[in-house]
Amino acid sequence: MDDALTVHRLHFAFTVTYHYLFPQLTMGLAPLIVIFKSLYLWKGEERFNIAARFWAKIFAVSFLFGVITGIPMEFQFGTNWAAFARFAGGVIGQTLAMEGVFAFFLESAFLGLFLYGEKRLGKKGHWFAALMVFVGSWLSGFFIIATDAWMQHPVGYTLMPDGSVMLQSFWALISNPWAWRQYCHNMGGAVVTGSFAMASLGAFYVLTKAQAEYGKLFVRVGITVALIASCWQMFPTGDWQGKMVALHQPVTLAAMEGLFHSDEGAPMVLIGQPNLETQTLDNSIEVPYVLSILSYKRWNAEVKGLDAFPKENWPDNIALLYYSYHIMVGLGTLFSAIMALAVFLLWRKKLFTTAPVLWVLMLAFPMPFIANTAGWISAEVGRQPWLVYNLMRTEHGISPMVSSGNGMFTLLGFMGMYTVLSILFLFIMWREIEHGPAYLDSLDAELAPAAGAVN
Amino acid sequence: METLWFVLVAFMLTAYVVLDGFDLGAGAIHYVVGRTSQERRSVLRAIGPVWDGNEVWLLAAGGALYFAFPVVYSSSFSGFYLPLMMVLWLIMLRGLGVELRAHIDNDLWRTAWDVVFSGASVLLAIFLGAALGNVVRGVPLDASGYFFEPLWTTFRPEANAGILDWYTVLAGVVALVTLATHGANYVAVKTDGAVNERCRHIAKFGAMTLVVLTAASLAATVFVRPTILDNFRAHAWGAVFPLAAVVSLGAMILFRIRVNDVNAFVASAGYIISMLGGAAFALFPVLLPASTSAEYDLTIHNSATGPYAMSVGIVWWTIGMTLAACYFVFLYRSFRGKVTLDGEGY
Repeated sequence: MDDALTVHRLHFAFTVTYHYLFPQLTMGLAPLIVIFKSLYLWKGEERFNIAARFWAKIFAVSFLFGVITGIPMEFQFGTNWAAFARFAGGVIGQTLAMEGVFAFFLESAFLGLFLYGEKRLGKKGHWFAALMVFVGSWLSGFFIIATDAWMQHPVGYTLMPDGSVMLQSFWALISNPWAWRQYCHNMGGAVVTGSFAMASLGAFYVLTKAQAEYGKLFVRVGITVALIASCWQMFPTGDWQGKMVALHQPVTLAAMEGLFHSDEGAPMVLIGQPNLETQTLDNSIEVPYVLSILSYKRWNAEVKGLDAFPKENWPDNIALLYYSYHIMVGLGTLFSAIMALAVFLLWRKKLFTTAPVLWVLMLAFPMPFIANTAGWISAEVGRQPWLVYNLMRTEHGISPMVSSGNGMFTLLGFMGMYTVLSILFLFIMWREIEHGPAYLDSLDAELAPAAGAVN
Repeated sequence: METLWFVLVAFMLTAYVVLDGFDLGAGAIHYVVGRTSQERRSVLRAIGPVWDGNEVWLLAAGGALYFAFPVVYSSSFSGFYLPLMMVLWLIMLRGLGVELRAHIDNDLWRTAWDVVFSGASVLLAIFLGAALGNVVRGVPLDASGYFFEPLWTTFRPEANAGILDWYTVLAGVVALVTLATHGANYVAVKTDGAVNERCRHIAKFGAMTLVVLTAASLAATVFVRPTILDNFRAHAWGAVFPLAAVVSLGAMILFRIRVNDVNAFVASAGYIISMLGGAAFALFPVLLPASTSAEYDLTIHNSATGPYAMSVGIVWWTIGMTLAACYFVFLYRSFRGKVTLDGEGY
């Protein structure tokens, strides 16, 4: 526990896991806010604008928390992972710097306009500001994914005499097939989080009978988008991810599936606990041949097990990798089922009288956060023991001069700071939810004559 | 090409200090100029829609530094590990202070966030100055190209110095006064009434103080690092930087006496630009000097990325910054004029 490698890994894992709770919500909500603003432009009904304004408040708080927990991420490449930063800077410096120049400026400038400039910009201008906030946050996501994708599947580089890598083809870096597939899957995941949050809050308003009209609107938009996004996560994007891992990281696939021994016609494991001592899967329920079909499109294709690879190249936390992967897939499947049922009931006009389903929608909001987090753990733990796949091992990437004691000091500092952040976030969210969109409606009515009087 | 990127990175860092500098400075004087909750609210209103965009310059400049000179980024960030982590915590607290204050209509809540915002702003200004002081003084780099500095050792600027010694503390104080003056000039432009009055007063006093502090810090710099004058000796045109600093400082005092808020703000921006420009000119081609031996200096030659990456970078940098300039002009135009306290936000 007190070696520097473990401390630096925990440091990054903790801060990035916490950070990504916020961007997945903001990247998911951004297109939904654009939908409300577009409906307002198109139909001219004030309630769509109030809905957009309400979600903009939730968005703004989440965005703030995303920004302040995100700044440490960019710093940590240098502070905690200096050897990696030096090794890979010639390549990933591109994508990280581009994020700053293209995405951050766009996002921050238009967020200020979107949140405080509704009166100054007018209807169309405000819609455009919302659209630009959406574009900015999604661009930001792309540059981060492109950086991670290069670590998963390095392309477009040459090795230099001093052992570092240098960019050889900008185009190869930007068009990395891993990046585009991972981007599609990741952004789908963010939309799942955003739309579940919307549906969940809508169900809460319907069930508490407070602001039920807005609640119904949120449920309708939320479940429709959530159904599309949940299906998109399984097919085609989840399928793409799986095939890419099978092709480029076969040892990771074996560990994710808990496949200790190579197998022709490998099964898909639904549940079971990997037993690393005996190298078997305990209490497993399996569907025969499915893994072979999914990975290689043939029922009897050979899927390589962990035993086909040298042990020093196995991911170093197989149990965590196995569980996080299965949690992601399991939850993803449930999401589609729940949302299909909800959309069906909505179509039959029975949803708002079927309390049990509304209860499920209301209580489901933490699940996408768990699924997204588990997905990222699968990707990053799956990449181990490599920091850059097949090029740099994780233990060679840490800052040589930063001691474990200093790392522990700042890790504890972040834990304390983030505990405070969590309490503040929940507190403020609860107040916004309690007020709800109807409060903005009443505020508007109050303000209008007052503003008139001043002018 | 390396020289061009040196200039671009220096430009972005300077833009960061000029832009985020005024909202940091506004934070530093927040409690002095805002005696009541309403007055403090008008200070926040003045920076509200723009502070986040300003802070982004730090990230963009950091990104550009990493992109162009990865060796410098990895050395300096791991070497300044402890102060940078504290800067991160301060940035977090400051952001929370600005944004959360208005969420709950309660005096205790607002006072608490005002204190957090103001305290974090003061400390950040000092840290930024101390960071620049460390770069000018030099850091204990060795042959590996890495170093690690404790927070303090003997408080003397010698080979095994810590982050804080008398020289870097002096730099921190200069930065605090500079940014507080800059912030007061900005808030004076954006407000009227009592807040405006107090800002003018602070800015005038700050500008006078800067005359003394600038002279003291320049003398101290020459004493701590005599080689800092080499570039000025070799290229006489470098004298424009100190000249511009003197002129803009003089102009700032003049405009304060004539009570011209906008011009005084422009003058304080000019002062910051010429001081930082002078520092960059003096350091060139060194990015991070070694206090151990000049052979370990990190320069634009031994720490740059490849020529291909740099030329690709110029293309997207130009496109991206042109776009960013458009957004910012649009943003500031949209929120131009004095702040009012009705309507949306803060």
